[in-house]
Amino acid sequence: MNKTVELTNKRIIASSHEKLGQKNRMDQTYTDVNDIFYKAEQTPSFLTGSEVIREAIKRASVGTSVAYPITPQSEAAALIGEIYAEGYLDEYFRGESEFAVMGQCAGAAFGGHRVFTTTAGPGTLRAMENFPMWAGARLPIQVCVTCRGINSPLSIQPDTLEMYYLLETGMLVWHAETAQDLFDFILKGFIVAEQPDVHIPIAVCCDGFFVTHTKDTVELPPLDLTLTPYDPYRNPQPVMDMETSPFRMMRDPFVMKSNYISYATHASWQQEIRSAVERSRKHTIPLLDGLIDEMNTDREILIVASGTAVSQSREAIRLLEEDGVKVGLVKIKTIRPFPTEEIKRVTKNAKHIFVPEFNVVGWLAREIKSIIPDNERVYEGPHVCGGMTLPCEVIVEQIKIHLGMETEKLRM
Amino acid sequence: MSKEKIQICEDLADIMPPEYQELVATATFGKQDRGWKDIGSSKELIEQHSLCAGCPESIAFRYILASLPNPEDTVFVGSTGCTSLVFPHVAVHNIHSLFGNQNAIASGLKRTLASRFPDVEKDVVVLAGDGATVDIGLDMTMQSWFRLEKFTTICFDNELYANTGGQESGLMQKGFVAKMAPKGKNFEKVRLAEIAREAGCAYVAVLTVSKPNRVEQVIKNAIYVAREIGPTFVQLYTPCILEIGKQSMEGLDEMKDSETIGGRFVQKEYITEEAQKLLDSIKEETKARKKAAKEAKKTVNA
Repeated sequence: MNKTVELTNKRIIASSHEKLGQKNRMDQTYTDVNDIFYKAEQTPSFLTGSEVIREAIKRASVGTSVAYPITPQSEAAALIGEIYAEGYLDEYFRGESEFAVMGQCAGAAFGGHRVFTTTAGPGTLRAMENFPMWAGARLPIQVCVTCRGINSPLSIQPDTLEMYYLLETGMLVWHAETAQDLFDFILKGFIVAEQPDVHIPIAVCCDGFFVTHTKDTVELPPLDLTLTPYDPYRNPQPVMDMETSPFRMMRDPFVMKSNYISYATHASWQQEIRSAVERSRKHTIPLLDGLIDEMNTDREILIVASGTAVSQSREAIRLLEEDGVKVGLVKIKTIRPFPTEEIKRVTKNAKHIFVPEFNVVGWLAREIKSIIPDNERVYEGPHVCGGMTLPCEVIVEQIKIHLGMETEKLRM
Repeated sequence: MSKEKIQICEDLADIMPPEYQELVATATFGKQDRGWKDIGSSKELIEQHSLCAGCPESIAFRYILASLPNPEDTVFVGSTGCTSLVFPHVAVHNIHSLFGNQNAIASGLKRTLASRFPDVEKDVVVLAGDGATVDIGLDMTMQSWFRLEKFTTICFDNELYANTGGQESGLMQKGFVAKMAPKGKNFEKVRLAEIAREAGCAYVAVLTVSKPNRVEQVIKNAIYVAREIGPTFVQLYTPCILEIGKQSMEGLDEMKDSETIGGRFVQKEYITEEAQKLLDSIKEETKARKKAAKEAKKTVNA
């Protein structure tokens, strides 16, 4: 498990779709994802995260998107409605709750469409029963999760706790740091999730408000290029369209049976979903240029983070550098599959590992502690929650305190 | 899908299971005017079932599958419950995902099939129990009707949660003593047919499954109206003989009793004007077609 494979310079076969090179009704050319990102000229644009989601979906050849309002994803979901009205998508409507929306998305995916939706915080938890069902049914739906706090008390502020709930759903879970990541992950996420040997849902997560509601410069490929469409007949399971022969699935439904065959079927199926998550590595590594990014990981002090905590850490490292403290950085891009071997390798020589996070439990630190030797090296934090910001000065202070260095007192 | 798609490759014919061989040889995929009378003379689309002996739900399943106007292009959406024990044996595509979300699944599915196959009529039929339709799933059932989603919802109403052992449901009669209603259910049976009518269904029917010709007609009506006009709803009384203390041979009598005058399941239909017009025109067409076929036969014989 988690063997290191050198894939950095290998191009994945993203699409052999028969429509490659043809034009769609919006006069966009169906283009291989590698060409969209690595051959086409990119133009810098200054956009909010919500607008970035819209720009990605314009180039994603999505069949169906189902929307429901919840802060902070409402704007993105409504913007997708606008591009549906322009003709970019085949189907779009408002569902009645996140539980229903995720069911409507499943219906569309069972029927053979590429499906995209967005949710956040309480919506993610309302929808939760659907996520393992999507994975178990091998539906490569993409949900963009714009993380916010989970009630109660009522909160709409940024907080990544909901990602912890997603980790064992059998979905791919990627964590975008910036608007650029968000754009790239959405388009690349479809391609990875739809590979026949993967073919499971994907949650592309970003930190609500910090990414969705701030403006950032994003390099965009031309609008006349779009991903090759989803080919439902590359699905490892039959599409529910009565275009393949119907078959009797089993002599007795397994739900009725308390016997070895029944248990073995369920056990192997659950393992297969986890294996599919692992198999996504070989497609993800070349497309995302690795599951992690690393900077000066030969240093004794490391920060390991995901999402906007990475951005704050970059600035903290610059400040520490001014005081003569040299700190390396590891950015985790995919939480599922978890970059186990990569983390083990880059933390091999580290004496102190700090894991700044935007949630109360410090789940990323737990994940890291569970896979590396001598895990007392991991300092769980600093982590903030409930919508608190994580100023880079706090990261600096925590590192200095932990190392026994003198520090300006930040707290009153 | 056409009947050609279920053909078996010659080299593999001998290893295919006999029930599939029969399906290829004598099933009624593609047959015009298929109906309940094909039962016995052709391969049914339901292979077996693991329901209780004498369960009226099993005969309801057989009538419905025999009555689908176009099974080669029909997809079922089920839900958790006794019906989910039958679907794995059925020769049409079917989806079981969760408990209560069947009309949400069907909404996404129907729209996608309509978008992917603009020139083919793909029928989507929801078939779920009363717990799934009225209790846990009522929100999604009704919202799909509000949105005028073009598919048929069939509710197998056995007036309780059968698969979990006979608990109270919203469609249970008032006063019935059941698990989770130890002093008797204290509110009336939910008037689902009226709710369906008010929520936007163009065709609504309530009946038992005691008479196959009635079931056939209602199912066909519901599917034809869903294709052209909007949502349709069929509520079928399929009593759970086990949980109401009856013997396996008493299901038919129970249904007949409940459909006599004053009973809970006297057959009723709510049909919009538009739907009635459509059904009348289909009736005329069928009549004319059958008459022409008869004439042609006479001419040949003469």
